[in-house]
Amino acid sequence: MNFTIIIALIASAFRLATPLIFASLGGTFSERSGVVNIALEGIMLMGAFFSVLITYLYGSAWLGVGGAILVGIVTSLLLAFMAIHLLANQVVVGVAINVLAASITAYFLEMVWKRSGQTTSLPKELSLTGNPQSLAFLEKIPILGDLFSRFTPFVYLAFVAVGVSYYVLFKTPFGLRVRAVGEHPRAADTLGINVYKTRYICVMISGALAGLAGATLSLGTISLFREGMSVGKGFIALAAMIFGKWHPVGAMFACLFFGFTEALQIQAQTIGIKLAPEFLQMLPYVATIFALAGVVGKATGPASSGIPYEKGEK
Amino acid sequence: MKKRVLALTLVIAMVFALALTGCSKPAEPTTAAPTEAPTETEAPTETEAPAKQIVVGMITDTGGLGDESFNDSAYLGLTKAKEDFGVEVKVLESDDEDDYGPNLTAFASEKYDLIFSVGFLMADATKAAAEQFTDQNFAIIDEGGIVLPNVAGLTFKEHEGSFLVGVIAGLTSETDVIGFVGGMQFPLIEKFQYGFQAGVKAVNPDAQVLVNYTGSFGDPALGKEAALAQHQLGADVIYHASGACGIGVIQAAGEQDFWAIGVDMDQSALDPEHVLCSMIKRVDNATYLATKSIVEGTFKGETIEFGLEVDGVGYSDEAGNLSAEMVAAAEKYRAAIIDGTIIVPTDLATFEAFEVPEL
Repeated sequence: MNFTIIIALIASAFRLATPLIFASLGGTFSERSGVVNIALEGIMLMGAFFSVLITYLYGSAWLGVGGAILVGIVTSLLLAFMAIHLLANQVVVGVAINVLAASITAYFLEMVWKRSGQTTSLPKELSLTGNPQSLAFLEKIPILGDLFSRFTPFVYLAFVAVGVSYYVLFKTPFGLRVRAVGEHPRAADTLGINVYKTRYICVMISGALAGLAGATLSLGTISLFREGMSVGKGFIALAAMIFGKWHPVGAMFACLFFGFTEALQIQAQTIGIKLAPEFLQMLPYVATIFALAGVVGKATGPASSGIPYEKGEK
Repeated sequence: MKKRVLALTLVIAMVFALALTGCSKPAEPTTAAPTEAPTETEAPTETEAPAKQIVVGMITDTGGLGDESFNDSAYLGLTKAKEDFGVEVKVLESDDEDDYGPNLTAFASEKYDLIFSVGFLMADATKAAAEQFTDQNFAIIDEGGIVLPNVAGLTFKEHEGSFLVGVIAGLTSETDVIGFVGGMQFPLIEKFQYGFQAGVKAVNPDAQVLVNYTGSFGDPALGKEAALAQHQLGADVIYHASGACGIGVIQAAGEQDFWAIGVDMDQSALDPEHVLCSMIKRVDNATYLATKSIVEGTFKGETIEFGLEVDGVGYSDEAGNLSAEMVAAAEKYRAAIIDGTIIVPTDLATFEAFEVPEL
């Protein structure tokens, strides 16, 4: 096994982990404030589609990324309104949004491109699948340069997002409020924290990140949208969030681990190593079950996650 | 129901009108003549008993019409059958897998002459419907496991088409490293793999074929990573049989500048400069021929394998990337497969026993 293959393996792991990192950060924000976000999967799909649509219409990929974030926020508002205002069951609303997203994207695909299945490929100059020009200097670094040349802009963004999320959740007054609201909303409320507002903001952040995850799947990987292309990654991101103990850095490592097993499985097959691919594909989920069962440390979520908060209720 | 009778009468009237206008122009080119003649002879029987109009129904898979793949292709065959035999075609789209049963039951209750299930995912539903409606005939694409007197399984010799694109890949590769990316590893996809490998072996025995199974038909990211990994090891032509994962394979080919080979339909539109050719499954020919068997009364509940000899499979190059010599080589092997000189392997055992005959 030579050095280039190891670099290829690491790069592949990072690329596969990137959409998961965004989505699991989104899940972390939402659950830390007390709202379970099953809708990550659907919001990703919305982000994936609308980033391609906006790039296609306006000829700018970064505008497309912005659009994905915006659409993510709008979609998450639906969850926020139902779950926070109307006190609906958060899991049910999340599932409904997933179904809705699958239909809406399919509908607009048919309307704009007059076809189903997938959109046409975006022109090459609009792709975000390579190392960005502005960071080309990184490729000159000996040894590691080769690694950077295989990254996409989204890989860097993901790590920035991890840092920012950690800072916001654990080093700012806002973060403290978020965690208080997720643990004990009534106590937070009596201290004058606006529980509804905090939860709204967190769900919107969650939507923005999931939208970004969607843009990673479409713009950052294959330059087109295909129906149902999120293929359960939203749920895998939730698993990563749990495995990472509802902590941004933990979630990041969990996602990298998931991405790594996937990449390892691919590389091993290509080289011809007889490693049962099914076993490697299974690892992330087994790890999550172990984490939940308390074998690998204790994974306890925010105490009030999933419970709608009603003012004045006893 | 009255509306339907009215519509049918109008359709028949229109067919009549067309046939008559055709007659008034005796100088029509000969190609038009065969379609006119049967319409005229059939027309009187239709007016006597309109109920005898042959109706075929088609249930799409969840992809629905407009998927530019199986469902569209199946429908294309029926459209052709409609023109050639004057049959009536009805379509129901399945929004999800729970629709299969109700859709089949709906068509069977209407007593349609032949009902197509497009896709092996409908196997269980089709079997159940066929057992319930024993007087109705069914045909299912890509499924050969239903043994009932009223179900025809329309399957394809994917290995033969894969062999031909393997020949093309073997001749195209400069690095002598060629890749195959499969979806899930089960016998159907292995037919693609071993047929392809045999084709490569036939023209380029030294070439190494790297094989990856992504474990998914829906995740383009995995297809892309697999193709990049293969390219890393030198693969410069990569064939995929992995559904949506293949979009990732073609994307990787575009980014790293190597050749990809598409599957099921001509995929060159995705990237005309990097899709060398595509192995195509002619679902349209299968539905056409099955409808023909109903019209001619030769329908049997058996599994039919559509191979090269009836254009059930083949290769397609809409982007025009194949050179004349490659086409010549592929055609030479096509002839050899059709006349039985080459028996294309379908699994590991037959592949290991495969010897390339002198042509």
